[in-house]
Amino acid sequence: MIRLFANANYDFIKWRRWAYGITAVIMLVGAFDLAVRGLNYSIEFTGGTLMQVETKTAVGTGRLRQALDAVGLRGAEIQTFGSDTSYVIRARIGATAGADTQAVATVVRGALDASVGAGQYSVERTEQVLPKVGKELQGKAFLAILLSFFVTLIYLAARFEWRFGLAAVLATAHDVLATIAFISLMHIEVSLIVVGAVLTVVGYSLNDTIIIFDRVRENLHKYRRQNLYEILNLSINETLPRSVLTHGTTLATTLSLLLLAGEVIRPFAWVMSFGIFTGTFSSIYIAAPILLLIEKRWPGQDARGARALGARGPTPVPAPPSPAAPKAPAPTPPRVPAR
Amino acid sequence: MTIRTRLIVIGLLAALSVFKLLPGNVTQRIPDAATGRMKDTTVRRVPVNLGLDLQGGIHLALEVDESKGPVPDCADAIQRAERVVRTRIDEFGTLEPVVQIQGRCRLIVELAGEKDPARAKSIIQRTAFLEFRITDMQNQFQNALPQIDVVLRRAGVKSRGAAPSAVSQLFGGDTSKVAKDSVTDANTPGALSSLLFQGQLPGEFLVPEEQWAVVDSLIQRPDVQQAIPRGIDLKWGAQVESRGAKSYRALYAVESRPIITGEELQKATARRDQLTNQSVVDFVLSRRGGRKFGEETARHIQHYMAIILDGRVQGQPPIIKSQISSRGQIELGAKPLQEASDLALVLRAGALPAPLTIVEERTIGPSLGADSIKDGIHAGVVGVALVILIMIGYYRLSGALAVAALTLYCLFTIAGLSAFGFTLTLPGLAGFVLSIGIAVDANVLIFERIREELVHGKSLRLAVDDGFKHAMNAIVDSNVSTALTAFILYLVGTGPVKGFAITLIIGIAASMVSAIFVVKTLFLIWLQRRPAMTTLSV
Repeated sequence: MIRLFANANYDFIKWRRWAYGITAVIMLVGAFDLAVRGLNYSIEFTGGTLMQVETKTAVGTGRLRQALDAVGLRGAEIQTFGSDTSYVIRARIGATAGADTQAVATVVRGALDASVGAGQYSVERTEQVLPKVGKELQGKAFLAILLSFFVTLIYLAARFEWRFGLAAVLATAHDVLATIAFISLMHIEVSLIVVGAVLTVVGYSLNDTIIIFDRVRENLHKYRRQNLYEILNLSINETLPRSVLTHGTTLATTLSLLLLAGEVIRPFAWVMSFGIFTGTFSSIYIAAPILLLIEKRWPGQDARGARALGARGPTPVPAPPSPAAPKAPAPTPPRVPAR
Repeated sequence: MTIRTRLIVIGLLAALSVFKLLPGNVTQRIPDAATGRMKDTTVRRVPVNLGLDLQGGIHLALEVDESKGPVPDCADAIQRAERVVRTRIDEFGTLEPVVQIQGRCRLIVELAGEKDPARAKSIIQRTAFLEFRITDMQNQFQNALPQIDVVLRRAGVKSRGAAPSAVSQLFGGDTSKVAKDSVTDANTPGALSSLLFQGQLPGEFLVPEEQWAVVDSLIQRPDVQQAIPRGIDLKWGAQVESRGAKSYRALYAVESRPIITGEELQKATARRDQLTNQSVVDFVLSRRGGRKFGEETARHIQHYMAIILDGRVQGQPPIIKSQISSRGQIELGAKPLQEASDLALVLRAGALPAPLTIVEERTIGPSLGADSIKDGIHAGVVGVALVILIMIGYYRLSGALAVAALTLYCLFTIAGLSAFGFTLTLPGLAGFVLSIGIAVDANVLIFERIREELVHGKSLRLAVDDGFKHAMNAIVDSNVSTALTAFILYLVGTGPVKGFAITLIIGIAASMVSAIFVVKTLFLIWLQRRPAMTTLSV
């Protein structure tokens, strides 16, 4: 029987400040990048014209750019798309072209006829979107994420406790920010598919956090003498094999999508692959320490969180039960994380 | 629950899913090869619809054009536009065109396989034309039918009807009289008249649905057009009517001259009359229109008036009971209010044509779609193979059980999506592949729990029971919160996001059934078969 990380006993929480540091760096770099370059929104969001063109021979982006410049479409983006006979041309409203997307498409065709030659290329895909539609989409995606946070908060407050809910939502919000930073740094085009990927990351990360919190809840009942710091570590360690397995299978599917599913799906697969890492990371290093902080700031009934950070003495003292907590027998000796 | 009942439940679910996915008869409108017009046919295929990004086609989103002044009620304008576009649906010449209202004020038109966006746009944006015409009260067309049959016979068109129809029987005598030059043919049914059945009112004929393409091509012939009496036009009904088991399409002979057109119409509303409990459509005409309508209706009392939108007769022509000037009402008798609302919508659609502007247009070439499917399936197969490898490699026999459950998961999910009439898109395909990786999570949780219980020294059977029991909390909480998120996405999202949310919800449900119920059953069978087993392959 293969067993990965069975009886693991790492002190994850100890590294929380490092984790905060790493996260802060990613966020800062991401925020800087965002401020300087801004997100690369797709035509769906900005409005404009997109044309995917398949040419018989490799013509090169330079020649296409010349052709488009000649007809006055300066600043249109031209990229190869998967192969050197496949090109995507994007003319955004405002930046490059006027609001008449129909006219832009005609102009591009004219330019291609002149440069590449009629019959030497075929238009495989066109998208023409007015900016109004994009504005709505942005608003709706944002609203969806906020609403889902709110509902999760309520559900977790009912099933666990508000402290857990808040920690889970904060960790998930972290993932959204980290993912946006990733999207910005990688210069991934933000399309509806990518928004879908971010939403999947939200669900996935939340799922992961809840699995650990569920263990925390269970261990809090089971081990009455441990403080929250120890319980968190114990719970993360106990769920470690599951984390490795599930993240492994999910990563296997996202990587195969990334490598094999073609150009259209690639942005989605990139975001998902990153999401698996940040989701795992945040469940362990953000959700759990934040729960500890919340518990310390606003102590719960048996105030084990308040003790947690203070109790990090050299000896793992079995702290005297607090007066509020009912004295319960600890069924089996828990594996106390090594200090 | 005994193993037996569990197996029966699983068997039923699987059978239901397979049944849902069996190639079935799907009605499609396809262009008729002979006439180039659309007709309904049934084909056998797997009832999963491919999205435009996978099969190629045109997606258009339209809104009311407000550039030339604000439109007060955009929802009503879009409903009218939808009604108009629907009456033109046959002109698109594509399989299963989608016309639907999204949100309040946006119309979505999806034309799979269509390659000419300019043509599609011109059909959609053409202004609607509404007119009222009196039906052929003197039966001029009916009287000319024998002559038309003769014309067709001379042109060498063979009659397709096996037996003389109601009309040809009624007017059989006339046929022999007119067709003196072809006495030998006198008793064979006429090429056109044999396909027409007498309707309920003057000028109304019914054509069996499967014959309408034939009839349409016959009446379009120049020689037939010549033979149709002057001042009479033929117009098809907009709706297919079913009488018993057969469907018919109505063909109306109407006067060529409209007594009034949609320009004169100002208002039309549907209501239910409190006194008579009838469905009623009230309409108001302009003063000029009212004067004209008053003169015309005075001459046509007890005549039937066809309401024609874009060349299609809408509903059954009502009878003119008295002179009507600028205010009138159309009584629909005991018909539901919905039908009255629909008719009012037709009148408004013709009265105030909604200028539409295209806010979004996408076209996808068919080869691109085919490539997408190929790549997507390729990635899916590799991804699933890796998942299977990991599961069996790590959990061995238990992993194999999970993989068996995974095939059921795929079956349930696809059947569920098909049951919801879900369209498979490329992101949907990616989401499905991804969901396979996530779907094993519940099994991983359970197996890890069983391992823990075994480490704690529990007996095999107890460890399995407790493993399932203790893993439940985590599985339920994590999945319910994901499902809640998905539900929010469904409520707020549009288009692809909505589809994504549905995939997620169905995936969660399917994974709950397969990972918990199916795997537990497989474990129970396993334990029952090997009572003496001391180590579990997990």
